[in-house]
Amino acid sequence: MVNLGQPDDAPSAQAGGAPPGADIGQQDVTDPSAPLLRLRGVGKSFGPVHALTDVDLDIPAGQVTALVGDNGAGKTTLIKCVAGIWEASSGQILWNGRQVHIRGPKDATALGIATVYQDLALCDNLDIVQNMMLGHEPLRLGLLDEMTMEKTAKQTLADLAVTTVRSVRQTVGSLSGGQRQSVAVAKAVMLDAKLVIMDEPTAALGVSQTELVLGLITRLASRGHAVVVISHNLNDVFRVADRIAVLYLGKLVAQGPASEFDRQSVVDIMTTGASTRRGNGGGDEPAGSRGVTSGLEG
Amino acid sequence: MTSDRGDSDEEPGGPVALVTDAERMEGATDEAVLASSSPDLIADSLGEYTRVWLRRVRSGESGILPVVFGLIAIVAYFQIRSSLFLSAGNLVNLITQAAFIVTFGMAEVFVLLLGEIDLSVGYNGACGAVITLWALSGGVPWWLAVLAGLAFSGLFAGLEGVLVTWLRLPSFVVTLAGSLGGLGLLLALVDLSAPNAGGTIRLSNNVLNDIEGGAMSPAAGWIVMIAAVVLFAVFMVTRDARRRAHKLAAPPITVTILKIAVMAIAGVAVVLIGNSNRGVGFAVVKGVPWVVLVILVLLVTWTILLNRTRFGRYVYAIGGNAESARRAGVNLSRIRVVAFVLCGVTGAISGIIWASQLGGMSSNFNGGQYVLFGVAAAVIGGTSLFGGRGRMIGAVLGGLVVGVIYNGLQLLGFSAPAQDMWTAVVLLAAVTVDALARRGSGSSATR
Repeated sequence: MVNLGQPDDAPSAQAGGAPPGADIGQQDVTDPSAPLLRLRGVGKSFGPVHALTDVDLDIPAGQVTALVGDNGAGKTTLIKCVAGIWEASSGQILWNGRQVHIRGPKDATALGIATVYQDLALCDNLDIVQNMMLGHEPLRLGLLDEMTMEKTAKQTLADLAVTTVRSVRQTVGSLSGGQRQSVAVAKAVMLDAKLVIMDEPTAALGVSQTELVLGLITRLASRGHAVVVISHNLNDVFRVADRIAVLYLGKLVAQGPASEFDRQSVVDIMTTGASTRRGNGGGDEPAGSRGVTSGLEG
Repeated sequence: MTSDRGDSDEEPGGPVALVTDAERMEGATDEAVLASSSPDLIADSLGEYTRVWLRRVRSGESGILPVVFGLIAIVAYFQIRSSLFLSAGNLVNLITQAAFIVTFGMAEVFVLLLGEIDLSVGYNGACGAVITLWALSGGVPWWLAVLAGLAFSGLFAGLEGVLVTWLRLPSFVVTLAGSLGGLGLLLALVDLSAPNAGGTIRLSNNVLNDIEGGAMSPAAGWIVMIAAVVLFAVFMVTRDARRRAHKLAAPPITVTILKIAVMAIAGVAVVLIGNSNRGVGFAVVKGVPWVVLVILVLLVTWTILLNRTRFGRYVYAIGGNAESARRAGVNLSRIRVVAFVLCGVTGAISGIIWASQLGGMSSNFNGGQYVLFGVAAAVIGGTSLFGGRGRMIGAVLGGLVVGVIYNGLQLLGFSAPAQDMWTAVVLLAAVTVDALARRGSGSSATR
């Protein structure tokens, strides 16, 4: 697409956000300046219906990439292809410059891709430690090593500066929405995630809770994680995003540093596929195809 | 609230539910936080411990407290109505009567925690007991015979678990079928193992007869009790010390001492009651019945399994949010089937205890009713029918409640129909109190 190969694709465009690289496995990086995740011509069809067409997207480490688009634009389809819920029908996925095939959620987890879905997937009846360690409990003499678990969970929460929970032994059911989101993110990060995908992290949160989560997103990126945030809320997008990618009817019609966009141009691109304020292709989509794509996810 | 657009492209149910959730959470105060935390781990002193604990009780997270108070109230009522109730003879009698209900309750906890139910474990456990008795009549050593019985019931329940898990049939229906089939199987097995014996297979092994009929010597009772209390104390104290060494919050030392003291007092009471002479006339009968030890071992083993192993953690996780457990990489099918197997195994122990009490297994065994006693015991003990909440100790106390009611009403000369109706009333009252206490407690594990 239009932006492909333009200089603003390189992560160095955001000097301040460059990762320290401390906890990112860089050994197998062929090109250090390459984005962590690179999608090339990725498409997804359900029978005759094309939910995604020819998506080229770069996700650099240490930056927050906001994925925006109207309902049915293909945001969820795209992240599900990356998270391994669905397999992409066409195109390439490059991870650290190497081509990978993500066939299932386990493949994605093995690569270091963690997805925090809107429903958060937490057990309300378990406490924070139990939730964070679920499926990865350390054992001591065959029994659960509660102490190691608690220390690991506490450390992870402290690293992410999640300080609003009084005790890591309180049940998740008693947490506020923002705290629950924080626990879900901490759970993802603890498993050595290099890329954290968050689906509508601030939907349904109050003002202070939203602040909490936005702060968390920023800290994740500054710690060197690549973060993808799906959001409808453009206020939030402009608060945290280093980069913005706009989907329209299954096509990626614009991507670039957040500084190149403003609210109006993003809204224009989201709703019409193009903006008069920022030259973009992809706006020549016939109006008839709208019903097809939005019918997929609605 | 922010003006978030509710028109997410996710499934329609999600965002709406989250909004109400978030609105509730907006009001989440320190009070709610305290109420949801274990006082063990956030209080520094006895005073604060009591405050946190009271908040928890007020908010409905009362744990086993309602059943303990309920038990005390019912016992007090019966003692006022009949001075015989708290006599050593009647109390020991009560314990042996309630033992099989307690174990059926423990069996149900495994499946109830998953949000499933096993209606067949009554007849299934009876079939397992018949297998044990049959093996005994063939000269098999008693422990091997017991293992055979447990294996049979484990297999039976495991099969139901497979149907529930892999064919995704509702456990209610599968185990209802299992109950009917189990009744038929029981009749067939009794006929086959003891032909022309009038529908009863006798238990002739002394070890198994002694579970209900025999008692430890008074000295052995003291030794077992002291050993149990010391083990409990050592476990509590070393755990706290390790937590402090790792700079993690540990319960205040006064609370730990208090818990050990309560445990010791309960132990002394049981041994004192068991060791007092309950013989009639010149015969001297004393000692704690062996069944107390059986239940104690079962309680400790199953509690460790549920609280301290991955299996147990996953059982709670599946009961709380199966999808979340699945995404965490938990093998849902395996955990569910194993839970059913454990339910069946515990049911077989129940069947053997019943056979020990009555001197054999009979085709009159009322498995359909007994399994409901088990469910009632678990529910009275605070186990949620929707999964994710419940403890083994609750089932023990709940089973005692059911046992106390039947024993007490019998003592007062109530007719059998009246006994059943009063048990029904108490079950309803227990569940109502539980539901009311937990309503609006701020915890989503409340359903």
